Amino acid sequence: MSPKDQIETGWVGRATPRKEDDRLLKGGGRYVDDIEPARTLHAAFVRSMAANARITAIDVEAASRASGVRLVLTGTDIGDLNAPLPLLGGHPSLIAAKTQLPLAVDRVHYVGEAVVMVIADDRYLAEDAAALVRIDYDSLEAVVDLEQAATSATRVHDDVADNVAGVVRDRVGDPDAVFELAEHVERLHLSLERTGGMPMETRGVLADWDPREQVLHVWDSTQAPVAIKHGLCRLLKLSSEQVEVVAPDVGGGFGAKIMLFYPEEVLVPHAAMRLGRPVKWIEDRWEHFVSANQERGQTHEAEIAFDDDGKILAVRTTFVHDTGAYIPYGIAVPANTITHMLGQYRVEHYSAVATILYTNKPPVSPYRGAGRPHAVFVMERLICAVAQRLGLEPHEVRWRNLIPADAFPYDVGLTIDAPVRYDSGNYQEGMRKALIHLDPDGFRAEQASKRAEGKYLGMGMGCYIESSGPGPYEGCAARLTDAGTVVFDVATASQGQGHSTSFAQIAADAMGADIADVVVRGGDSGRVEFGIGTFGSRSLLLAGNAVATAAKALRDQLAAYVSELLECNPDDLVFADSRVSVAGTPSVSVSLAGIAALANAYGYPVVKPHDDDPQQFAALQVRAGAISAPPVFHADGYFGVGQQVFGSGVHAAIVEVDPAIGSVEVLKYVLVHDCGVVVNPVIVEGQVLGGLIQGLGGALLERLPFDEQGQPQATSFMDFRMMTVESVPEIVLDHVETRSPLNPLGVKGTGEAGVIPVSAVIAEAVEDALSPFDITITHMPLMPHEITQLIARSRVAVT
Amino acid sequence: MSSETAVSVRCTVNGEVVQRIVEARMLLSDFLRHELGLTGTHVGCEHGVCGACTVIVDGSSIRACLMFAAQVDDAEIETIESLAKDGALSPLQQAFHDQHGLQCGFCTPGILMSMTACLREPAPDREKLLETLGGHICRCTGYVGIKRAVDQVLDGADSVDRSTVEGAS
Amino acid sequence: MKPAQFDYVRPQSAAEAVRALAESDDCKVLAGGQSLVPLMNFRLAQPPLLVDINRLTELAGITEVDGALRIGAMTRTRRLETSALVTERIPVLAAAAHWVGHVQIRNRGTVGGSIAHGDPSAELPAMCVLLDAEMILVSSGGTRAVSAGDFFEGFLTTVVEPDELLTEVHIPIPAAGAVWGFSEYAQRAGDFALAGVGCVVDRHAGTAGLVAFGPSERPMRCPSAEEILRVDGLSLDRVSDVADAATADVVAATEAVDAEAVHRVATVRAMARKAVEQAVRMTGEQR
Repeated sequence: MSPKDQIETGWVGRATPRKEDDRLLKGGGRYVDDIEPARTLHAAFVRSMAANARITAIDVEAASRASGVRLVLTGTDIGDLNAPLPLLGGHPSLIAAKTQLPLAVDRVHYVGEAVVMVIADDRYLAEDAAALVRIDYDSLEAVVDLEQAATSATRVHDDVADNVAGVVRDRVGDPDAVFELAEHVERLHLSLERTGGMPMETRGVLADWDPREQVLHVWDSTQAPVAIKHGLCRLLKLSSEQVEVVAPDVGGGFGAKIMLFYPEEVLVPHAAMRLGRPVKWIEDRWEHFVSANQERGQTHEAEIAFDDDGKILAVRTTFVHDTGAYIPYGIAVPANTITHMLGQYRVEHYSAVATILYTNKPPVSPYRGAGRPHAVFVMERLICAVAQRLGLEPHEVRWRNLIPADAFPYDVGLTIDAPVRYDSGNYQEGMRKALIHLDPDGFRAEQASKRAEGKYLGMGMGCYIESSGPGPYEGCAARLTDAGTVVFDVATASQGQGHSTSFAQIAADAMGADIADVVVRGGDSGRVEFGIGTFGSRSLLLAGNAVATAAKALRDQLAAYVSELLECNPDDLVFADSRVSVAGTPSVSVSLAGIAALANAYGYPVVKPHDDDPQQFAALQVRAGAISAPPVFHADGYFGVGQQVFGSGVHAAIVEVDPAIGSVEVLKYVLVHDCGVVVNPVIVEGQVLGGLIQGLGGALLERLPFDEQGQPQATSFMDFRMMTVESVPEIVLDHVETRSPLNPLGVKGTGEAGVIPVSAVIAEAVEDALSPFDITITHMPLMPHEITQLIARSRVAVT
Repeated sequence: MSSETAVSVRCTVNGEVVQRIVEARMLLSDFLRHELGLTGTHVGCEHGVCGACTVIVDGSSIRACLMFAAQVDDAEIETIESLAKDGALSPLQQAFHDQHGLQCGFCTPGILMSMTACLREPAPDREKLLETLGGHICRCTGYVGIKRAVDQVLDGADSVDRSTVEGAS
Repeated sequence: MKPAQFDYVRPQSAAEAVRALAESDDCKVLAGGQSLVPLMNFRLAQPPLLVDINRLTELAGITEVDGALRIGAMTRTRRLETSALVTERIPVLAAAAHWVGHVQIRNRGTVGGSIAHGDPSAELPAMCVLLDAEMILVSSGGTRAVSAGDFFEGFLTTVVEPDELLTEVHIPIPAAGAVWGFSEYAQRAGDFALAGVGCVVDRHAGTAGLVAFGPSERPMRCPSAEEILRVDGLSLDRVSDVADAATADVVAATEAVDAEAVHRVATVRAMARKAVEQAVRMTGEQR
């Protein structure tokens, strides 16, 4: 292998402190609401207060005349723009795909749907005016829960019979035949409630039309600025060079901030162009509760067939998926449930049928986990049922059914979008480590002794796989600046994942540069035009490898130039410590800053600061004058994978339940996690454990209920309770590392891993703790009153 | 005494005296951010729960979204912009950096201000700091790095054992 | 979530405040604002006039007078929690104050504000009911004292008239030998309680008080539980009986229509156990 092809190991794998932190810690972050061009106007929205209604009248007269009001827009005021917003990912399974209008005109489908936009001098005045808008509704019965959606004659959309948006199916083998002959079958009815990503920064959009350049500048708290840019071009009929979208610092996303398009994301730019002034809309928390997308609502009928040894013979599930009032993401969430159901287990016969139903609730799009937590919850509940029937420990049943390490690449046999093929993994190793940290035998002894003291301890476990890196690709533009730094611009945006650090580690290794000389910037469509965004645990895999690809190309350009300067073969050059030297002759070298200065001397005597030997450098300057090289080094890199790659993990928990009040305390939580090569262990830890705590909130605290009229019952942080520090358990995190063979870095996604199996784990642990009461947990999240209710129904007295 | 919709406010913010006429209903969070341009104070819920807007008023950590600007007349206010001296991170800020105590950074300023106020109290300890932290929601970190930062700031730098979370592999 | 417009007045004395209240039909007193301002930000409350009493230092402070603590309405909850005088004289009150919200809320929230807001899940109204507090209400028409038993009328409803200012709370100091307990449960620390119980028992005088809060529309004393405590309830053997009696009292006074309400009542039993056990342990420490 020549030095050129050598992959230097240096920065990758190190717990490098984040480059992003300094300004964020000093209050120097720059989130959308921190940006305020002169003469900015502020928008507020009038939103539907009815879940299912016809609008009979909209009166904006008083609002239009209110103090400080500049513009009031209804759906009819925006002409052609008021067409259904784009559908992401059409699929033959979709029967009746409905997406939202920017502004509802004669029909509303959920409480919170935008009806009127008010723009005024400041937000206070905009809200004052919004309060003056009068909308008359002819209310209809609301379709709220899934059973009602499936059986009621009431329609969410007038032209969608039975409220069915689509039916998704997939199958492996012949499960029906297996079930007919199976020794044992267990059946469960299982459900998960709605929740949402709930980033701490709400959504927000600022737009400014530059009449001189004829360019629309947009700042959007989005996970996908480049995709928003291309969408805006289409929706606003502008050409590519006329729209620039920046996602500045973004205060968390978790899926809630990638929607292509939320109505506000097209209305705010439209209003800015119409008014010729900057217009800003910052979502308030109430708006976030009623108009940002949500997820998780799903109800399953599930069956498992197995033999006396606990070997799983077949799995079947039919389920209904709550997509809310619209289906902007097509089949994404239920399809994920179907493809992740079998997880780490070898199951040869499987079928799943998902019916996607409309309800009068905010639309659904992927929230961290995106259908996978549902799958793991169902599968692991079935595993527990098997264990209980056979008198085995659940982990024993799991162990007997794991896909062996030598079976990779492993074809699951599912083909909804593309064949599901696990690229690599070592599930036994993960389980082995989890069991060491969990010590189930030791726990059983402790459980028995605590129960004698009247304490109820329980143990639960869950295994998962995580498809990551949905395509098609990501891009990176790299260049050497005249200061000798190497700048990598990527299309993905960071919402706290630390791309500027982990991508810099990748680039520093590929370039032989010191990490201090590497700058990674994301989230600006003006810098990289081609790319998509941050979702599906894809940024490191796709953008990270695009960075590596661009770095390699840039390095080749530098090598070609320096080989002429130093009169050597490019293959003999060594890139290290931000210098390029000749292999075997380290004294003959030039720094990256020196290269920049030599290549781009501007025709006048400016030499950038560098630490090259003056005499040697003077000689190089003479040579450089004779080289007809381009003055800039600039390379693009793109990376795509034909299929997703599969991370995996095992979670386990020990909980204590107080049956008198239904409280659950997580005493210990074990995670063993495989995301392939770890680029930055501290960032990976942050992603995984942040996901875990979100998952615990999802299991025990968070839910978004609606009453029979479709009125949301959680519209504040008093009602929607997220985890606080007091509830964080003792955590043990361990890793397995199986490289992905499908990308040069060997990485897999990690963003969603922490959250996926948590509800399954907690359900099993609570059920185990309460085993004297012989209850079965079939519904998550698990609230204290539900626990006491289950116990009360069991008719076993609490002692 | 007469009632007004506009009120004159004179206060000290990060050591500088400022004077403005504000609408009585202007929230302190909006005053700091939009009148004074101190955008490091963030707004996450505007009902006092998330803690992102927490600043120090007359020595106590409070929610800036639950006070009106009119109420800080004569008060002394400290915001996140005051913590680093001459560009150098405070020991608390440094601990957050060292221990990966932040991800998106949105909740961070409020947390730092609460903890700064707590650290000034007599005998701050882990329990008090964690209880103070209980008044904040961080959606990214799971609090794990923040808890380590608490330990670092109490124990002094570089003495924190990370092995419990990095595992035994 | 920006408040609607309002007029703002900042009186320099309680008398001025009372005058301001008398002059307007529909004004609100702004104390700590930790309950009122959220409601205003959601525009669920849109008072045309706010009377900001934060400058009334005369209303902030805790003094001991004639066997009672006089606590000014503008006393911050954090001060109540950390006051040496309160901790010494009425420790159950300081303990309960610690459970109010989070420290950032206690730094600003006030004793008077919490009591006048009358949230049935809040700690301070419950303490008033437990300790037979007396609320001092001042209006242009004069001053009246209302006992805690009469003060709280229902969910977020008290006897305070729109033109009245709650200036002070008088809380009788329990006997020096009295033992006490306090316990509440919320899913997260700092949240309003699902249910809580406080008790104070003076064995020498043969008096006992037990308050339950959370399930009912206002904090309530539990007479049958108190009866047991008064007679011979301060022993670990009787803890279950007291807790059962408290639960029965709450059941009799509330309508538990759904699973969540049933759970709150069940939680009273558990909290009563913990509170009474705490009091029992205290008797042991005193011996």
